[in-house]
Amino acid sequence: MTLISAKNISVNHGNAPVLQNVTLDINAGEIVTIVGPNGSGKSTLLRAFIGATPLKSGTLTRKDGLRIGYVPQKLHIDPTLPISVARFLSLPLRVSASAAKDALEQAGSGALANRQMSDLSGGQFQRVLLARALLGKPELLILDEATQGLDQPGSAAFYREIESLRETLGCAVLMVSHELHVVMAASDRVICLNGHVCCEGTPAVVASAPEYRALFGSGTQGALALYRHDHDHHHHAHDHEHEDA
Amino acid sequence: MDILDSFLVRAALAGFGVALAAAPLGCFVVWRRMAYFGEATAHASILGIALALSFSTSIFAGVLIITLLMGWTVSTLSGRGYAMDTLLGVMAHSALAIGLVAVSFLQGVRIDLMAYLFGDILAVSRFDLLIVWIGVLLVLLLLWWRWSALLTATLSNDLAYAAGIDPRREQMVLTIALGVVVAVAIKVVGVLLIAALLIIPAAAARPFAGTPERMAFIAAGIGAISAMAGLQAAYIFDTPTGPTIVCVAAACFVLGGLLNLLKGHVAG
Repeated sequence: MTLISAKNISVNHGNAPVLQNVTLDINAGEIVTIVGPNGSGKSTLLRAFIGATPLKSGTLTRKDGLRIGYVPQKLHIDPTLPISVARFLSLPLRVSASAAKDALEQAGSGALANRQMSDLSGGQFQRVLLARALLGKPELLILDEATQGLDQPGSAAFYREIESLRETLGCAVLMVSHELHVVMAASDRVICLNGHVCCEGTPAVVASAPEYRALFGSGTQGALALYRHDHDHHHHAHDHEHEDA
Repeated sequence: MDILDSFLVRAALAGFGVALAAAPLGCFVVWRRMAYFGEATAHASILGIALALSFSTSIFAGVLIITLLMGWTVSTLSGRGYAMDTLLGVMAHSALAIGLVAVSFLQGVRIDLMAYLFGDILAVSRFDLLIVWIGVLLVLLLLWWRWSALLTATLSNDLAYAAGIDPRREQMVLTIALGVVVAVAIKVVGVLLIAALLIIPAAAARPFAGTPERMAFIAAGIGAISAMAGLQAAYIFDTPTGPTIVCVAAACFVLGGLLNLLKGHVAG
Protein backbone atom coordinates (compact mmCIF):
# COMPACT_ATOMS: atom_id res chain seq x y z
CA MET A 1 0.00 0.00 0.00
CA THR A 2 1.35 3.43 -0.93
CA LEU A 3 1.28 5.97 1.92
CA ILE A 4 2.67 8.98 0.09
CA SER A 5 3.25 9.37 -3.59
CA ALA A 6 5.19 12.28 -5.06
CA LYS A 7 4.99 12.73 -8.82
CA ASN A 8 7.41 15.09 -10.53
CA ILE A 9 7.42 17.55 -7.64
CA SER A 10 9.53 20.70 -7.89
CA VAL A 11 10.15 23.16 -5.05
CA ASN A 12 11.77 26.59 -5.20
CA HIS A 13 13.27 28.70 -2.43
CA GLY A 14 12.60 32.16 -3.78
CA ASN A 15 13.69 31.82 -7.37
CA ALA A 16 16.30 29.13 -6.78
CA PRO A 17 15.15 25.61 -7.63
CA VAL A 18 15.81 23.21 -4.75
CA LEU A 19 14.00 20.12 -5.99
CA GLN A 20 13.33 19.28 -9.59
CA ASN A 21 10.96 16.59 -10.84
CA VAL A 22 11.28 14.28 -7.88
CA THR A 23 9.15 11.16 -8.10
CA LEU A 24 9.02 8.96 -5.04
CA ASP A 25 6.60 6.54 -3.40
CA ILE A 26 6.70 5.48 0.22
CA ASN A 27 5.02 2.16 0.91
CA ALA A 28 3.65 0.85 4.18
CA GLY A 29 6.22 -0.69 6.48
CA GLU A 30 9.40 0.10 4.54
CA ILE A 31 12.47 2.01 5.71
CA VAL A 32 13.59 4.53 3.12
CA THR A 33 16.70 6.64 3.60
CA ILE A 34 17.50 9.77 1.65
CA VAL A 35 21.18 10.57 1.31
CA GLY A 36 22.73 13.53 -0.46
CA PRO A 37 25.28 16.29 -0.01
CA ASN A 38 24.53 19.57 1.82
CA GLY A 39 22.00 21.67 -0.04
CA SER A 40 20.73 18.74 -2.06
CA GLY A 41 17.14 19.35 -0.91
CA LYS A 42 16.80 16.45 1.55
CA SER A 43 15.11 18.42 4.30
CA THR A 44 13.04 20.32 1.76
CA LEU A 45 11.72 17.02 0.40
CA LEU A 46 10.67 15.93 3.90
CA ARG A 47 9.07 19.32 4.53
CA ALA A 48 7.16 18.96 1.26
CA PHE A 49 5.91 15.58 2.48
CA ILE A 50 4.47 17.04 5.69
CA GLY A 51 2.93 19.95 3.78
CA ALA A 52 5.23 22.63 5.19
CA THR A 53 6.47 23.94 1.88
CA PRO A 54 4.42 24.73 -1.22
CA LEU A 55 5.09 22.84 -4.46
CA LYS A 56 6.02 24.76 -7.58
CA SER A 57 4.77 21.91 -9.71
CA GLY A 58 3.94 18.24 -9.53
CA THR A 59 1.47 16.39 -7.31
CA LEU A 60 1.72 14.92 -3.86
CA THR A 61 -0.90 12.36 -2.85
CA ARG A 62 -1.28 11.17 0.69
CA LYS A 63 -3.29 8.18 1.80
CA ASP A 64 -6.58 9.42 3.30
CA GLY A 65 -6.10 10.30 6.97
CA LEU A 66 -2.42 9.37 6.92
CA ARG A 67 -0.89 9.68 10.39
CA ILE A 68 2.59 11.14 10.20
CA GLY A 69 5.07 11.25 13.06
CA TYR A 70 7.64 13.93 12.36
CA VAL A 71 11.00 14.24 14.13
CA PRO A 72 12.64 17.52 13.09
CA GLN A 73 16.36 18.04 12.61
CA LYS A 74 16.52 20.37 15.54
CA LEU A 75 14.00 22.15 17.64
CA HIS A 76 14.82 25.41 19.33
CA ILE A 77 12.58 26.08 22.30
CA ASP A 78 12.71 29.70 23.37
CA PRO A 79 14.10 29.94 26.92
CA THR A 80 11.11 32.08 27.91
CA LEU A 81 8.79 29.11 27.25
CA PRO A 82 8.66 26.74 30.23
CA ILE A 83 7.62 23.28 29.15
CA SER A 84 8.03 19.90 30.80
CA VAL A 85 8.59 16.70 28.84
CA ALA A 86 5.13 15.45 29.83
CA ARG A 87 3.47 18.65 28.58
CA PHE A 88 5.47 18.57 25.35
CA LEU A 89 4.28 15.04 24.65
CA SER A 90 0.66 16.22 24.98
CA LEU A 91 0.95 18.56 22.01
CA PRO A 92 -1.19 19.02 20.07
CA LEU A 93 -3.41 16.26 21.48
CA ARG A 94 -3.68 15.45 25.17
CA VAL A 95 -2.35 12.01 26.03
CA SER A 96 -2.70 10.10 29.26
CA ALA A 97 0.26 9.91 31.64
CA SER A 98 0.57 6.18 31.05
CA ALA A 99 0.57 6.58 27.26
CA ALA A 100 3.29 9.22 27.60
CA LYS A 101 5.32 6.92 29.83
CA ASP A 102 4.98 4.04 27.35
CA ALA A 103 6.08 6.22 24.44
CA LEU A 104 9.09 7.49 26.39
CA GLU A 105 10.10 3.93 27.19
CA GLN A 106 9.62 2.90 23.58
CA ALA A 107 11.89 5.75 22.54
CA GLY A 108 14.44 4.64 25.11
CA SER A 109 14.11 7.49 27.59
CA GLY A 110 12.11 6.30 30.56
CA ALA A 111 12.23 8.60 33.57
CA LEU A 112 12.21 12.00 31.86
CA ALA A 113 8.53 12.96 32.10
CA ASN A 114 8.93 15.59 34.80
CA ARG A 115 12.08 17.22 33.48
CA GLN A 116 12.08 20.54 31.67
CA MET A 117 12.78 20.28 27.94
CA SER A 118 15.53 22.87 28.34
CA ASP A 119 17.39 20.62 30.82
CA LEU A 120 17.73 17.66 28.46
CA SER A 121 20.93 16.59 26.75
CA GLY A 122 21.00 16.42 22.96
CA GLY A 123 20.40 12.67 22.92
CA GLN A 124 17.57 12.83 25.44
CA PHE A 125 15.95 15.66 23.49
CA GLN A 126 15.96 13.63 20.27
CA ARG A 127 14.43 10.67 22.09
CA VAL A 128 11.66 12.85 23.49
CA LEU A 129 10.98 14.15 19.97
CA LEU A 130 10.79 10.54 18.83
CA ALA A 131 8.46 9.62 21.73
CA ARG A 132 6.18 12.52 20.77
CA ALA A 133 6.10 11.33 17.16
CA LEU A 134 5.24 7.79 18.33
CA LEU A 135 2.29 8.97 20.44
CA GLY A 136 0.31 9.80 17.29
CA LYS A 137 0.50 6.07 16.34
CA PRO A 138 2.10 7.01 13.03
CA GLU A 139 1.79 4.99 9.86
CA LEU A 140 4.77 6.94 8.58
CA LEU A 141 7.63 8.13 10.74
CA ILE A 142 9.68 10.94 9.19
CA LEU A 143 13.09 11.68 10.69
CA ASP A 144 15.20 14.61 9.53
CA GLU A 145 18.83 14.04 10.56
CA ALA A 146 17.50 12.87 13.88
CA THR A 147 20.92 11.94 15.24
CA GLN A 148 22.55 15.36 15.05
CA GLY A 149 24.62 15.85 18.15
CA LEU A 150 24.87 12.14 18.94
CA ASP A 151 28.21 10.35 18.74
CA GLN A 152 28.57 7.47 16.34
CA PRO A 153 27.71 4.60 18.69
CA GLY A 154 24.82 6.75 19.95
CA SER A 155 23.41 7.26 16.49
CA ALA A 156 23.97 3.63 15.55
CA ALA A 157 21.93 2.64 18.62
CA PHE A 158 19.27 5.21 17.68
CA TYR A 159 18.89 3.71 14.21
CA ARG A 160 18.75 0.19 15.61
CA GLU A 161 15.86 1.34 17.76
CA ILE A 162 14.13 2.78 14.70
CA GLU A 163 14.52 -0.59 13.05
CA SER A 164 12.97 -2.40 16.00
CA LEU A 165 10.18 0.21 16.23
CA ARG A 166 9.30 -0.56 12.65
CA GLU A 167 8.95 -4.18 13.65
CA THR A 168 6.78 -3.50 16.73
CA LEU A 169 4.64 -0.69 15.26
CA GLY A 170 4.65 -1.69 11.61
CA CYS A 171 5.12 1.92 10.51
CA ALA A 172 7.03 3.02 7.45
CA VAL A 173 10.12 5.12 8.12
CA LEU A 174 11.45 7.90 5.91
CA MET A 175 14.67 9.44 7.05
CA VAL A 176 17.47 11.71 6.01
CA SER A 177 21.00 11.40 7.15
CA HIS A 178 24.55 12.49 6.59
CA GLU A 179 25.84 9.37 8.24
CA LEU A 180 25.58 7.24 5.18
CA HIS A 181 27.28 4.16 6.41
CA VAL A 182 25.30 4.03 9.64
CA VAL A 183 21.93 4.65 8.09
CA MET A 184 22.22 2.73 4.90
CA ALA A 185 22.70 -0.61 6.58
CA ALA A 186 19.29 -0.29 8.26
CA SER A 187 17.38 0.68 5.11
CA ASP A 188 15.27 -1.29 2.68
CA ARG A 189 15.73 1.39 0.05
CA VAL A 190 18.14 4.29 -0.34
CA ILE A 191 17.41 7.38 -2.42
CA CYS A 192 20.43 9.38 -3.48
CA LEU A 193 19.28 12.97 -3.88
CA ASN A 194 20.99 16.00 -5.36
CA GLY A 195 18.16 18.33 -6.37
CA HIS A 196 16.81 15.37 -8.31
CA VAL A 197 16.88 11.63 -7.67
CA CYS A 198 20.36 10.50 -8.79
CA CYS A 199 19.89 6.85 -8.10
CA GLU A 200 17.90 4.58 -5.83
CA GLY A 201 17.79 0.97 -4.76
CA THR A 202 18.97 -1.30 -1.97
CA PRO A 203 21.90 0.01 0.10
CA ALA A 204 24.33 -2.27 -1.73
CA VAL A 205 23.09 -1.17 -5.15
CA VAL A 206 23.27 2.54 -4.29
CA ALA A 207 26.68 2.27 -2.63
CA SER A 208 28.15 0.82 -5.81
CA ALA A 209 26.23 3.07 -8.23
CA PRO A 210 28.49 5.43 -10.20
CA GLU A 211 26.21 8.43 -9.43
CA TYR A 212 26.57 7.79 -5.72
CA ARG A 213 30.33 7.39 -5.95
CA ALA A 214 30.55 10.58 -7.94
CA LEU A 215 28.84 12.43 -5.06
CA PHE A 216 30.45 10.78 -2.07
CA GLY A 217 33.59 9.07 -3.34
CA SER A 218 34.15 5.38 -2.85
CA GLY A 219 35.55 5.70 0.68
CA THR A 220 32.16 5.25 2.32
CA GLN A 221 32.02 1.64 1.26
CA GLY A 222 34.77 0.83 3.67
CA ALA A 223 32.87 2.64 6.39
CA LEU A 224 29.77 0.60 5.62
CA ALA A 225 31.76 -2.57 6.22
CA LEU A 226 33.16 -1.06 9.41
CA TYR A 227 29.67 -0.32 10.64
CA ARG A 228 28.52 -3.86 10.07
CA HIS A 229 31.44 -5.01 12.12
CA ASP A 230 30.71 -2.47 14.88
CA HIS A 231 27.06 -3.35 14.96
CA ASP A 232 27.31 -6.11 17.56
CA HIS A 233 29.59 -4.37 19.98
CA HIS A 234 27.62 -1.38 21.21
CA HIS A 235 24.77 -2.34 23.43
CA HIS A 236 22.56 0.39 24.83
CA ALA A 237 25.04 1.11 27.61
CA HIS A 238 25.59 4.75 26.59
CA ASP A 239 22.02 5.78 27.47
CA HIS A 240 21.83 4.64 30.99
CA GLU A 241 24.17 7.19 32.45
CA HIS A 242 21.81 9.98 31.27
CA GLU A 243 18.76 8.44 32.80
CA ASP A 244 20.09 8.44 36.31
CA ALA A 245 20.75 12.15 36.22
CA MET B 1 -27.80 53.12 43.54
CA ASP B 2 -25.87 50.91 41.18
CA ILE B 3 -22.39 49.74 42.01
CA LEU B 4 -21.30 50.67 38.47
CA ASP B 5 -22.16 54.31 39.22
CA SER B 6 -18.80 54.65 40.91
CA PHE B 7 -16.08 55.66 38.47
CA LEU B 8 -13.55 53.82 40.62
CA VAL B 9 -15.46 50.55 40.35
CA ARG B 10 -15.72 50.97 36.59
CA ALA B 11 -12.01 51.74 36.38
CA ALA B 12 -11.15 48.71 38.49
CA LEU B 13 -13.29 46.38 36.38
CA ALA B 14 -11.83 47.74 33.14
CA GLY B 15 -8.26 47.45 34.36
CA PHE B 16 -8.85 43.97 35.76
CA GLY B 17 -10.40 42.78 32.49
CA VAL B 18 -7.69 44.15 30.24
CA ALA B 19 -4.95 42.71 32.45
CA LEU B 20 -6.68 39.32 32.43
CA ALA B 21 -6.70 39.13 28.63
CA ALA B 22 -3.37 40.82 28.02
CA ALA B 23 -1.32 38.52 30.26
CA PRO B 24 -1.91 35.12 28.56
CA LEU B 25 -1.70 36.76 25.14
CA GLY B 26 1.48 38.44 26.34
CA CYS B 27 2.94 34.99 27.04
CA PHE B 28 2.66 34.17 23.35
CA VAL B 29 4.11 37.57 22.50
CA VAL B 30 7.11 36.73 24.69
CA TRP B 31 7.50 33.10 23.55
CA ARG B 32 7.31 34.01 19.88
CA ARG B 33 9.51 37.09 20.26
CA MET B 34 6.73 39.30 19.01
CA ALA B 35 7.38 42.07 21.53
CA TYR B 36 8.11 44.53 18.76
CA PHE B 37 4.97 43.41 16.95
CA GLY B 38 2.92 44.31 20.02
CA GLU B 39 4.63 47.66 20.32
CA ALA B 40 4.18 48.39 16.61
CA THR B 41 0.49 47.42 16.67
CA ALA B 42 -0.08 49.75 19.59
CA HIS B 43 1.66 52.67 17.90
CA ALA B 44 -0.22 52.15 14.66
CA SER B 45 -3.48 52.41 16.56
CA ILE B 46 -3.01 56.21 16.72
CA LEU B 47 -3.96 56.24 13.05
CA GLY B 48 -7.07 54.25 13.96
CA ILE B 49 -7.94 56.85 16.60
CA ALA B 50 -7.47 59.68 14.08
CA LEU B 51 -9.69 57.92 11.55
CA ALA B 52 -12.35 57.20 14.16
CA LEU B 53 -12.40 60.85 15.22
CA SER B 54 -12.53 62.09 11.62
CA PHE B 55 -15.44 59.86 10.73
CA SER B 56 -17.06 60.16 14.16
CA THR B 57 -17.17 56.41 14.64
CA SER B 58 -16.16 54.45 17.71
CA ILE B 59 -12.49 54.52 18.67
CA PHE B 60 -12.66 50.80 19.25
CA ALA B 61 -13.73 50.07 15.66
CA GLY B 62 -11.18 52.45 14.14
CA VAL B 63 -8.32 50.96 16.11
CA LEU B 64 -9.41 47.39 15.42
CA ILE B 65 -9.54 48.01 11.68
CA ILE B 66 -6.07 49.59 11.59
CA THR B 67 -4.42 46.96 13.80
CA LEU B 68 -5.91 44.07 11.82
CA LEU B 69 -4.94 45.76 8.56
CA MET B 70 -1.40 46.16 9.81
CA GLY B 71 -1.18 42.58 11.06
CA TRP B 72 -2.47 41.28 7.76
CA THR B 73 -0.09 43.45 5.69
CA VAL B 74 2.93 42.51 7.76
CA SER B 75 2.08 38.77 7.63
CA THR B 76 1.59 38.94 3.88
CA LEU B 77 4.70 40.98 3.10
CA SER B 78 7.10 39.24 5.46
CA GLY B 79 9.12 36.55 3.75
CA ARG B 80 9.04 38.53 0.50
CA GLY B 81 12.42 40.09 0.89
CA TYR B 82 11.73 42.20 3.98
CA ALA B 83 12.60 41.23 7.52
CA MET B 84 9.69 41.31 9.95
CA ASP B 85 11.16 44.00 12.20
CA THR B 86 11.96 46.26 9.24
CA LEU B 87 8.41 45.95 7.96
CA LEU B 88 7.00 46.59 11.43
CA GLY B 89 9.24 49.61 11.84
CA VAL B 90 8.10 51.08 8.54
CA MET B 91 4.41 50.36 9.09
CA ALA B 92 4.14 51.27 12.76
CA HIS B 93 5.95 54.58 12.59
CA SER B 94 4.33 55.57 9.32
CA ALA B 95 0.93 54.83 10.80
CA LEU B 96 1.82 56.74 13.98
CA ALA B 97 3.09 59.75 12.01
CA ILE B 98 0.15 59.79 9.60
CA GLY B 99 -2.16 59.46 12.58
CA LEU B 100 -0.59 62.41 14.39
CA VAL B 101 -0.71 64.54 11.22
CA ALA B 102 -4.31 63.53 10.61
CA VAL B 103 -5.27 64.45 14.17
CA SER B 104 -3.76 67.93 13.67
CA PHE B 105 -6.16 68.51 10.75
CA LEU B 106 -9.16 67.86 12.94
CA GLN B 107 -10.50 71.37 13.50
CA GLY B 108 -13.22 72.11 15.93
CA VAL B 109 -12.83 69.12 18.19
CA ARG B 110 -10.27 69.72 20.87
CA ILE B 111 -8.62 66.37 21.36
CA ASP B 112 -6.68 65.49 24.40
CA LEU B 113 -3.97 63.41 22.79
CA MET B 114 -2.50 62.65 26.19
CA ALA B 115 -5.62 60.66 27.07
CA TYR B 116 -4.92 58.33 24.16
CA LEU B 117 -1.18 58.13 24.70
CA PHE B 118 -1.37 57.38 28.42
CA GLY B 119 -4.91 56.18 28.92
CA ASP B 120 -7.79 57.64 30.86
CA ILE B 121 -9.04 54.78 32.97
CA LEU B 122 -10.94 57.01 35.40
CA ALA B 123 -13.14 58.19 32.54
CA VAL B 124 -14.32 54.70 31.57
CA SER B 125 -18.07 54.81 30.95
CA ARG B 126 -20.56 51.99 31.34
CA PHE B 127 -20.56 51.54 27.60
CA ASP B 128 -16.73 51.48 27.51
CA LEU B 129 -16.81 48.84 30.21
CA LEU B 130 -19.18 46.71 28.15
CA ILE B 131 -16.92 46.98 25.08
CA VAL B 132 -13.82 46.19 27.16
CA TRP B 133 -15.35 43.04 28.62
CA ILE B 134 -16.72 41.84 25.29
CA GLY B 135 -13.20 42.21 23.88
CA VAL B 136 -11.65 40.52 26.91
CA LEU B 137 -13.99 37.52 26.75
CA LEU B 138 -13.48 37.27 22.99
CA VAL B 139 -9.70 37.13 23.40
CA LEU B 140 -9.86 34.63 26.26
CA LEU B 141 -12.24 32.38 24.32
CA LEU B 142 -10.06 32.58 21.24
CA LEU B 143 -6.94 31.65 23.22
CA TRP B 144 -8.71 28.83 25.05
CA TRP B 145 -10.09 27.41 21.81
CA ARG B 146 -6.81 27.57 19.86
CA TRP B 147 -4.47 26.98 22.82
CA SER B 148 -3.02 23.63 21.80
CA ALA B 149 -2.59 24.57 18.14
CA LEU B 150 -1.09 27.94 19.08
CA LEU B 151 1.38 26.28 21.40
CA THR B 152 2.38 23.68 18.80
CA ALA B 153 2.89 26.36 16.15
CA THR B 154 4.89 28.41 18.65
CA LEU B 155 7.27 25.51 19.26
CA SER B 156 7.83 24.79 15.60
CA ASN B 157 6.06 25.50 12.32
CA ASP B 158 7.08 22.11 10.98
CA LEU B 159 5.71 20.19 13.97
CA ALA B 160 2.45 22.08 13.42
CA TYR B 161 2.33 21.24 9.71
CA ALA B 162 3.04 17.56 10.42
CA ALA B 163 0.09 17.53 12.84
CA GLY B 164 -2.21 19.13 10.28
CA ILE B 165 -2.14 22.60 11.87
CA ASP B 166 -1.55 25.60 9.62
CA PRO B 167 0.85 27.89 11.53
CA ARG B 168 -0.11 30.88 9.35
CA ARG B 169 -3.66 30.54 10.59
CA GLU B 170 -2.47 30.47 14.21
CA GLN B 171 -0.37 33.58 13.54
CA MET B 172 -3.53 35.25 12.26
CA VAL B 173 -5.40 34.22 15.43
CA LEU B 174 -2.73 35.94 17.51
CA THR B 175 -2.80 39.03 15.30
CA ILE B 176 -6.56 39.32 15.76
CA ALA B 177 -6.29 38.81 19.52
CA LEU B 178 -3.55 41.43 19.67
CA GLY B 179 -5.68 43.88 17.71
CA VAL B 180 -8.60 43.41 20.09
CA VAL B 181 -6.44 43.78 23.20
CA VAL B 182 -4.83 46.97 21.88
CA ALA B 183 -8.24 48.37 21.02
CA VAL B 184 -9.67 47.77 24.51
CA ALA B 185 -6.49 48.68 26.38
CA ILE B 186 -6.14 52.20 24.94
CA LYS B 187 -8.64 53.58 27.42
CA VAL B 188 -6.90 51.84 30.33
CA VAL B 189 -3.16 52.38 29.87
CA GLY B 190 -2.91 54.25 26.58
CA VAL B 191 -1.07 53.55 23.35
CA LEU B 192 2.43 53.97 24.75
CA LEU B 193 2.06 51.50 27.61
CA ILE B 194 -0.03 48.68 26.13
CA ALA B 195 3.02 46.61 25.27
CA ALA B 196 4.06 46.81 28.92
CA LEU B 197 0.79 45.19 30.00
CA LEU B 198 1.44 42.37 27.52
CA ILE B 199 5.07 41.71 28.24
CA ILE B 200 5.84 42.58 31.88
CA PRO B 201 3.39 40.17 33.61
CA ALA B 202 4.52 37.33 31.32
CA ALA B 203 8.18 38.08 31.96
CA ALA B 204 7.55 38.33 35.70
CA ALA B 205 5.77 34.95 35.70
CA ARG B 206 8.48 33.07 33.82
CA PRO B 207 10.73 32.07 36.77
CA PHE B 208 7.79 30.56 38.66
CA ALA B 209 6.29 28.43 35.90
CA GLY B 210 7.04 24.88 34.81
CA THR B 211 4.43 24.64 32.08
CA PRO B 212 3.05 27.14 29.57
CA GLU B 213 -0.39 27.03 31.21
CA ARG B 214 0.98 27.84 34.63
CA MET B 215 2.93 30.75 33.18
CA ALA B 216 -0.26 32.12 31.60
CA PHE B 217 -2.18 31.82 34.88
CA ILE B 218 0.56 33.40 36.98
CA ALA B 219 0.93 36.19 34.42
CA ALA B 220 -2.83 36.83 34.56
CA GLY B 221 -2.60 36.99 38.36
CA ILE B 222 0.30 39.43 38.28
CA GLY B 223 -1.50 41.53 35.66
CA ALA B 224 -4.69 41.64 37.72
CA ILE B 225 -2.83 42.53 40.93
CA SER B 226 -0.91 45.26 39.09
CA ALA B 227 -4.13 46.76 37.76
CA MET B 228 -5.82 46.76 41.18
CA ALA B 229 -2.81 47.91 43.19
CA GLY B 230 -1.86 50.47 40.55
CA LEU B 231 -5.32 51.98 40.61
CA GLN B 232 -5.24 52.12 44.40
CA ALA B 233 -1.78 53.70 44.45
CA ALA B 234 -2.73 56.24 41.80
CA TYR B 235 -5.74 57.23 43.93
CA ILE B 236 -3.67 57.57 47.09
CA PHE B 237 -0.65 59.36 45.62
CA ASP B 238 -2.58 61.25 42.96
CA THR B 239 -0.41 59.94 40.12
CA PRO B 240 -1.41 59.15 36.50
CA THR B 241 -3.23 55.80 36.60
CA GLY B 242 -1.92 53.98 33.51
CA PRO B 243 1.76 54.57 34.28
CA THR B 244 1.17 53.67 37.94
CA ILE B 245 -0.30 50.30 36.92
CA VAL B 246 2.74 49.63 34.75
CA CYS B 247 5.04 50.68 37.62
CA VAL B 248 3.44 48.09 39.89
CA ALA B 249 3.87 45.42 37.19
CA ALA B 250 7.51 46.42 36.81
CA ALA B 251 7.95 46.15 40.59
CA CYS B 252 6.48 42.62 40.43
CA PHE B 253 9.01 41.76 37.72
CA VAL B 254 11.93 43.02 39.81
CA LEU B 255 10.62 41.32 42.95
CA GLY B 256 10.17 38.05 41.08
CA GLY B 257 13.66 38.25 39.68
CA LEU B 258 15.12 38.89 43.13
CA LEU B 259 13.14 36.04 44.69
CA ASN B 260 14.31 33.72 41.97
CA LEU B 261 17.91 34.82 42.48
CA LEU B 262 17.56 34.20 46.20
CA LYS B 263 15.99 30.78 45.60
CA GLY B 264 18.91 29.90 43.32
CA HIS B 265 21.38 30.90 46.03
CA VAL B 266 19.63 28.85 48.69
CA ALA B 267 19.37 25.82 46.42
CA GLY B 268 22.92 26.23 45.12
